[in-house]
Amino acid sequence: MSAIHPFLQVENLARAYPSPTGGDAITVFDHVNFRIHKGEFVCVTGHSGCGKSTILNILAGLDSATTGNVFMDGREVAGPSLDRGVIFQGHALMPWLTVQENVEFAVKSRWPSRNKQKIRAHAMRYIELVGLKGAEHKKPSQLSGGMKQRVGIARAFSIEPKMLLMDEPFGALDALTRGVIQDELLKICAETQQTVFMITHDVDEAILLSDRIMLMSNGPHARIAEIVNNTLPRPRERSAIHKQVHYYPIRNHLVDFLVSRSKQFGSLRDAPDAPSSPTVFDPADLIESDVEPVVAHTPPVGKPHIHLVNA
Amino acid sequence: MKTKLSLSQKAGLLSLGLLAVILLVWQLATLPEAKVVAADVDPEYAALMGGGAARAASSFPTPAAMAQTLWDKLSHPFYDNGPNDKGIGIQLAYSLARVLGGFFLAAVVAIPLGFAIGNSRMVYQAINPYVQLLKPISPLAWMPLALYTIKDASASAIFVIFICSLWPMLINTAHGVANVRKDWLDVSRTLEVNPLRKAFRVILPAAAPTILTGMRISMGIAWLVIVAAEMLVGGTGIGYFVWNEWNNLSLTNVLFAILMIGVVGMALDSVFGVLGKRVAYQE
Repeated sequence: MSAIHPFLQVENLARAYPSPTGGDAITVFDHVNFRIHKGEFVCVTGHSGCGKSTILNILAGLDSATTGNVFMDGREVAGPSLDRGVIFQGHALMPWLTVQENVEFAVKSRWPSRNKQKIRAHAMRYIELVGLKGAEHKKPSQLSGGMKQRVGIARAFSIEPKMLLMDEPFGALDALTRGVIQDELLKICAETQQTVFMITHDVDEAILLSDRIMLMSNGPHARIAEIVNNTLPRPRERSAIHKQVHYYPIRNHLVDFLVSRSKQFGSLRDAPDAPSSPTVFDPADLIESDVEPVVAHTPPVGKPHIHLVNA
Repeated sequence: MKTKLSLSQKAGLLSLGLLAVILLVWQLATLPEAKVVAADVDPEYAALMGGGAARAASSFPTPAAMAQTLWDKLSHPFYDNGPNDKGIGIQLAYSLARVLGGFFLAAVVAIPLGFAIGNSRMVYQAINPYVQLLKPISPLAWMPLALYTIKDASASAIFVIFICSLWPMLINTAHGVANVRKDWLDVSRTLEVNPLRKAFRVILPAAAPTILTGMRISMGIAWLVIVAAEMLVGGTGIGYFVWNEWNNLSLTNVLFAILMIGVVGMALDSVFGVLGKRVAYQE
């Protein structure tokens, strides 16, 4: 069955809020359709107010759509479920519990009948996975922002969900910490074959982590305007990823969308020949016809500084 | 050689200094004043009127007399020589029993009710007018009603404590529960935590600091009110003791009782201070 149907299917999703002034309801997004296959890592990006977080909350079951349906594994999503783990932007750890207790709380929720030792061992396995062994008895307030978010990741993975939802998980972290945790997330996702839906504002983060990147136009009446197939081969290394031939075409395409095309989509939408489904961008198509600019962007290979020394 | 004193050492010295000044002023204010004994008064009559000595003692106790009373009373706190002569320990125990009884009953009502109010806007709006109306009423105003319906003086005092402890606990519990961070509730929703486990493992610890602050305020008010309530109902307790000693014109004993009320009140407050620290968390 899963071979025919996608793992997650979102059909015609729309969300409207009553107008604060009492007029017509404000539609944040509508006609949102997409599919996610098992094991796929999908990133969503777009400007603030396009409803990304609302879509994530609907997938999590924390919010409900005005119209449209979400199906996961052939069943409709009607509320929160342990099948979908959520990593919140503000880590959402319980400050009165230690790191270990926070993870154990989730594990105990998933397997209520397990005994204490089993729950403890299971929680510790995931705490070790995110590199927090030794900090398990600390309270969240004693941890740095990056460590707190790692606990959030450990908690979400510990319940072994069928799907992981992440709402800008690294938005509040400094660039260095973010890089380290992205690498760890990449490693864990590769190990666990986790299906992931992630919101990010960071183009480089999307390129590093995802298989596909969905681009949302600006709200109100936001939609998924374009889908970019991320063709960069795995495993990906942050230090070497920009040397890939497809890297700059993808990055330029994403930045162009965020800077200019995301605004134009609104007027395009009402045109009679407006696209009913998002356009798919595949850098492979582009590379074959137009290779030159890519080479120009690629940093020179070798050790140029040797020449400088000899000069 | 100069030694640097820490802040708390300096504060301690200043405290001791203040005590010395207070005792000195007290001593000076209660010095026996020279009395002009009229020459034509019979010395025996003068002695009967308290003016026998050349210098008459003030009727306000001196620090030394106070210290003597403190020593006597505190070395036998639990004697019982009938209804009007009981040790201070017994009187305080009666008061504490009433306060704790009323306070405990109030907690049993206020905390679950506060949970319900904090969890639901609808319940909050339904109950809020009653709370707003009943909160500003002096608890002693309930005393006649309590005496009439309960028909027992001691139980009426407990009821008055119950009423005055109720509101701070109710309001703080509702406030704490209503303001639990949405993130934590969302976490428990995505983890499919059942309502009972959510109440005890998420909402209660999250709201505990606010609830405990409410309990601390309630206890403070209850200890204030019990003195007045016992002056009214009489019989036993520290409030009755104060009023009884006033009737005996023993200002030394009144002063002693005031000191004890302060000490016990401080002790009760610090118990809640410790409990509050225990449930506090840092975000």
